[in-house]
Amino acid sequence: MPGKLKVKIVAGRHLPVMDRASDLTDAFVEVKFGNTTFKTDVYLKSLNPQWNSEWFKFEVDDEDLQDEPLQITVLDHDTYSANDAIGKVYIDIDPLLYSEAATVISGWFPIYDTIHGIRGEINVVVKVDLFNDLNRFRQSSCGVKFFCTTSIPKCYRAVVIHGFVEELVVNEDPEYQWIDRIRTPRASNEARQRLISLMSGELQRKIGLKVLEMRGNAVVGYLQCFDLEGESGLVVRAIGTACTLDKLSSPAAFLPACNSPSKEMKESPFNEDPNPNPHSSGPSTPLKNQTYSFSPSKSYSRQSSSSDTDLSLTPKTGTGSGSAGKEGGPLKALLRQQTQSALEQREFPFLTLTAFPPGLLVHVGGVVSARSVKLLDRIHNPDEPETRDAWWAEIRQEIKSHAKALGCHAVVGYSESTSICEEVCILSASGTAAVLNPRFLQEGTVEGSLEQRIEENLPVGCGFCHIPYDELNMPFPAHLTYCYNCRKQKVPDVLFTTIDLPTDAVVVGKGCLIQARLCRLKKKAQAEANATAISNLLPFMEYEVHTQLMNKLKLKGMNALFGLRIQITVGENMLMGLASATGVYLAALPTPGGIQIAGKTPNDGSYEQHISHMQKKINDTIAKNKELYEINPPEVSEEIIGSPIPEPRQRSRLLRSQSESSDEVTELDLSHGKKDAFVLEIDDADAMEDVHSLLTDVPPPSGFYSCNTEIMPGINNWTSEIQMFTSVRVVRLSSLNLTNQALNKNFNGLCENLLKSLYFKLRSMTPCCLCHVNFTVSLPEDELIQVTVTAVAITFDKNQALQTTKAHAEKSLQRASADNEEMLQFPLELCSDSLPSHAFPAAKEHLESASSNSGTPAAQRATSVDYSSFADRCSSWIELIKLKAQTIRRGSIKTTVTVEKASPMGDGNFRNRSAPPCASSTVGVVKMTPLSFIPGAKITKYLGIINMFFIRETTSLREEGGVSGFLHAFIAEVFAMVRAHVAALGGNAVVSYIMKQCVFMENPSKNQAQCLINVSGDAVVFVRESDLEVMSAQQPAVNCQPSCTGEVTT
Amino acid sequence: MTSELDIFVGNTTLIDEDVYRLWLDGYSVNDAVALRVRSGILEQTGATAGVLQSDTMDHYRTFHMLERLLHAPPKLLHQLIFQIPPSRQALLIERYYTFDEAFVREVLGKKLSKGTKKDLDDISTKTGITLKSCRRQFDNFKRVFKVVEEMRGSLVDNIQQHFLLSDRLARDYAAIVFFANNRFETGKKKLQYLSFGDFAFCAELMIQNWTLGAVDSQMDDMDVDLDKEFLQDLKELKVLVADKDLLDLHKSLVCTVLRGKLSVFSEMETNFKNLSRGLVNVAAKLTHNKDVRDLFVDLVEKFVEPCRSDHWPLSDVRLFLTQYSVSVHSLDGFRHQVLWDRYMGTLRGCLLRLYHD
Repeated sequence: MPGKLKVKIVAGRHLPVMDRASDLTDAFVEVKFGNTTFKTDVYLKSLNPQWNSEWFKFEVDDEDLQDEPLQITVLDHDTYSANDAIGKVYIDIDPLLYSEAATVISGWFPIYDTIHGIRGEINVVVKVDLFNDLNRFRQSSCGVKFFCTTSIPKCYRAVVIHGFVEELVVNEDPEYQWIDRIRTPRASNEARQRLISLMSGELQRKIGLKVLEMRGNAVVGYLQCFDLEGESGLVVRAIGTACTLDKLSSPAAFLPACNSPSKEMKESPFNEDPNPNPHSSGPSTPLKNQTYSFSPSKSYSRQSSSSDTDLSLTPKTGTGSGSAGKEGGPLKALLRQQTQSALEQREFPFLTLTAFPPGLLVHVGGVVSARSVKLLDRIHNPDEPETRDAWWAEIRQEIKSHAKALGCHAVVGYSESTSICEEVCILSASGTAAVLNPRFLQEGTVEGSLEQRIEENLPVGCGFCHIPYDELNMPFPAHLTYCYNCRKQKVPDVLFTTIDLPTDAVVVGKGCLIQARLCRLKKKAQAEANATAISNLLPFMEYEVHTQLMNKLKLKGMNALFGLRIQITVGENMLMGLASATGVYLAALPTPGGIQIAGKTPNDGSYEQHISHMQKKINDTIAKNKELYEINPPEVSEEIIGSPIPEPRQRSRLLRSQSESSDEVTELDLSHGKKDAFVLEIDDADAMEDVHSLLTDVPPPSGFYSCNTEIMPGINNWTSEIQMFTSVRVVRLSSLNLTNQALNKNFNGLCENLLKSLYFKLRSMTPCCLCHVNFTVSLPEDELIQVTVTAVAITFDKNQALQTTKAHAEKSLQRASADNEEMLQFPLELCSDSLPSHAFPAAKEHLESASSNSGTPAAQRATSVDYSSFADRCSSWIELIKLKAQTIRRGSIKTTVTVEKASPMGDGNFRNRSAPPCASSTVGVVKMTPLSFIPGAKITKYLGIINMFFIRETTSLREEGGVSGFLHAFIAEVFAMVRAHVAALGGNAVVSYIMKQCVFMENPSKNQAQCLINVSGDAVVFVRESDLEVMSAQQPAVNCQPSCTGEVTT
Repeated sequence: MTSELDIFVGNTTLIDEDVYRLWLDGYSVNDAVALRVRSGILEQTGATAGVLQSDTMDHYRTFHMLERLLHAPPKLLHQLIFQIPPSRQALLIERYYTFDEAFVREVLGKKLSKGTKKDLDDISTKTGITLKSCRRQFDNFKRVFKVVEEMRGSLVDNIQQHFLLSDRLARDYAAIVFFANNRFETGKKKLQYLSFGDFAFCAELMIQNWTLGAVDSQMDDMDVDLDKEFLQDLKELKVLVADKDLLDLHKSLVCTVLRGKLSVFSEMETNFKNLSRGLVNVAAKLTHNKDVRDLFVDLVEKFVEPCRSDHWPLSDVRLFLTQYSVSVHSLDGFRHQVLWDRYMGTLRGCLLRLYHD
């Protein structure tokens, strides 16, 4: 008996009236775990019962502890008829199973009914006593920590990153079982909720086992998804990155070193893009095994058109053959060899991380993706999910080979997704091909590796841009130039990635959200014909989405995309493509050329005029965007670029691609014998339409920025106000005008209007930035398009911009050191040797990028900050950090001190005082954010993963305010339940929150609707930085426990 | 392309004060959008009418969901569904319970029953307040009334505790409850010049001095019902006007002190007996419920109007009333000094408040 689960039911409140006669309720509670059930006494005639039960004890296997949820049912006692259920609470006890997380779950939980929604609340206390028993064939994996966050969590250090873990389990969907015809909708919904809860528990346990096998102790970037395959069953699958994490023992280690407004940037390596739906490519036909592998994926990383046909079998990038290796060559080869041993011996060298410990990410190749269209068939044996496994293995294999073709041995920012319509399913996977530093991937080498790592002498802030593949044997045509930052190695002209912007990247100006949107009509068809039709359409969609992205990027005057996520959704009679990414201007990459319009019929005078008018409009837009996003890269004289280039042939090429004059562009065009991505040929109405649509995207109103990455490049003075939100829109297309063009227009309008609405709603928060904007598209019915957006609005302080000039410069040094106190020496070395060795322009560029961030004229500042003072400040800054770190360490603050202060109770007390004489309010504030950090605050503890699945159904849709009223209430309820669980764990925030699924179905004629929502995130305790400072000043050592118990009493 | 569903849900519930006001004022979504457009918001923000429509709908939906909780404000504080900062919660509650002066004057002192509810149509037409808003205000009055009607303890405190209102608003509600319970007539033409504030002021004085709560704090309905025993005793005051000697003595006492101090001395002197008779008779009549209801009508008829027609300045009224009450203490034959003070102390305050144009 390795575990004892103890549950106490304290009280209820706000219960619904169950007895119409007395307007009261006779409530009691059933507590069920596994097959054991306990009951409380009936508390007669009250809407606020006080059960105060004994401790109900369940003695169970730890395997069950991991799989099973605790199920609490509140009922109304009825002497004569069957007892009526009021509602249920499912509690995932997983967070109690590892030592560092929560120790008790205690608090008010909303009582949830799938038909009526939330009906009152119940106060529950849950504890687990675990008995250690080590030498068994372990079926359980208690103790493995799970994080949704796609970076190394704040209070941990990565000792080893072991690599990719995946698992999937399948079952029959209760909704489609024969018994469903005779049971109530409520029973069916509950069966489904319970099953999914069980399956995700099992899945997590199995993944945990794999992690233990790899000798890891945690999963980071854990992403679990459900595929509702209808008749064919229910698939729960998950991927993640196995790691060995070390808890940073003293809070001082991750204390902010000073209160500069930019500290969030420094210490929160931007993270994550835990999007379930990734990117694109090689569709395979539905016919078994005939994987028609097609890989425009590579083209993704840069120029477009070339690669769509060949390359299906990826040429082994000859590492050795590269006589052209030049400076980077030997190192690259070495790196590759080392890592091959470390990583490639694993089946899939993938990481789900999107942000990395400093030094891990060496080079980025570009986006790789694969898609495959499959026909679903009934899952006959739930214990053998081989088919689904094989499908995914196939796709992963393809991804792996794509990465190899790019000269990369690993894929980072990896994610998988599906889109299902009837019996057709599109499986997609995507990631960013990359070269990683092997030291992190092997055991035993990481200790103290940070200093060693630097020997590799990677240039700061641009290393990741340098091409990992062989220049003379490029997998696709691209224009290479010498890096604009270090001048030593080659960089591509455009870079697309699925990861977050690396913290040390040097960026000019601000970034912005870039979306490509596309619809394609498709004939209704059955089974294989349908799948074939889809497969045939996919490559065209991929191509068009890519072209759109490229054009929009150019239009913004930027040269790189981060957090790219392409979602292809399949419906009955159409396919939708939606790509979102954050565009930035990387200082290391060349200035993008403009967009050139070419007409096909040069004879027509008025047509010419029209074309030139359009051209002017485009040029104006580019100029305006450059101003808006403050993109004013320093002018670089040609000698500087040219000087380190040995061969003249290359130089000319380089110069050509760098030039912006239109002649050059056309010439360049010819040299490839293909249409260049940014020359738009207007030969028909469609093309005209495309150009128009390019220009119709309106920039956000002043005071607003948006991005889909963790934070906005170029903004770093965040204030603490955040607002997470979900917005859902469903539109019905009139079936009359269903042409591709009309569809595109509608879809574009839908997305643009949605964004406009968000800006309007959040106008009181300006200046602010919408971060981690996550769009999901689904096609629930024939003519319905559903768009769901989740994002967080964060305010920032315009006035502090001046200070940040300094902070920014310091930051570039500090950033690297953020995660770990040991690293404090690292920036010192850096500033003493790498910076001075830099050419002056590089440093200047640095400064200028900093100053341009601050929103004041760059020239003015650039002159005022000279180089020596810069270096000076750097070293004094380091001193400061050291000092702080020491004093803080000496002070040895217990994290728990602050827990109390920041806990819900604290807020409750505060409210008591401020509100009118009312009885005490016990509802503490719980923040939710899709980001991995909370601005202006420190995360001091991770309490465990939140992974919840809810179904809501109604048979009185009109009475509940129609579909909008129904869904509005449901989403509000989901938020409430997430908050309640976090508060019960003793936390005050959810980070890396994501709504993975929101499946909405309606039947207005029957007055019915149903919705399924799946959300997840990491429950954490955070402490305001201002509180931390006060605390460290006042009381160096106070002991107290997390205050979660406080909540019980009220 | 038609929008089927359009929602926005924030982790912190967004409350737009302007839209809340429009909602409270009972405007339909379309009217509210039109009003917002007129306010120039589109120009300020560069938004489109569609955006405004969607935003307004969202807020209306939120308010509709919140309304159930606003009916029992402590629930709003404890509920888990909407995360709203305390200051915003207070604002929501306060605004929800705020009422229109024009409306309250129409229903003040009326029985809060279904019958009155039917008259809301007329009130709406008369005051220009939307029927929806009238209903909300009426329901608020009724709800507060029902909850505190039979409760022991201070009326204001009870209201504050159960509805979390500000002190000011809780006092107003106490007045409304008090008036509704005692059904004071306030609608007569003669009383039209009086504001709700005037009545609320009087109500507060009466609650403090004339109810059961004024003598015993442990009774049920202590602040809502007038002290029956006290009203019964008021008959004893009749002697002040019935006994001719006493009346003359009283008059001469007042006149001696006030001679030369009043600009309307002669008018006062001639009217003294009428005024005194009026005031004492009001007291004596308070045993009958019907006469209690007419209290304000009587006060205005018997005192305010005569003085006003003689153009008494307010300062003279104050001097007169003070002297009029105090002089009774010097009447040897009069034994009900305490009773007199309890009656006259309150009445004096009320009359001074009621005495204006």
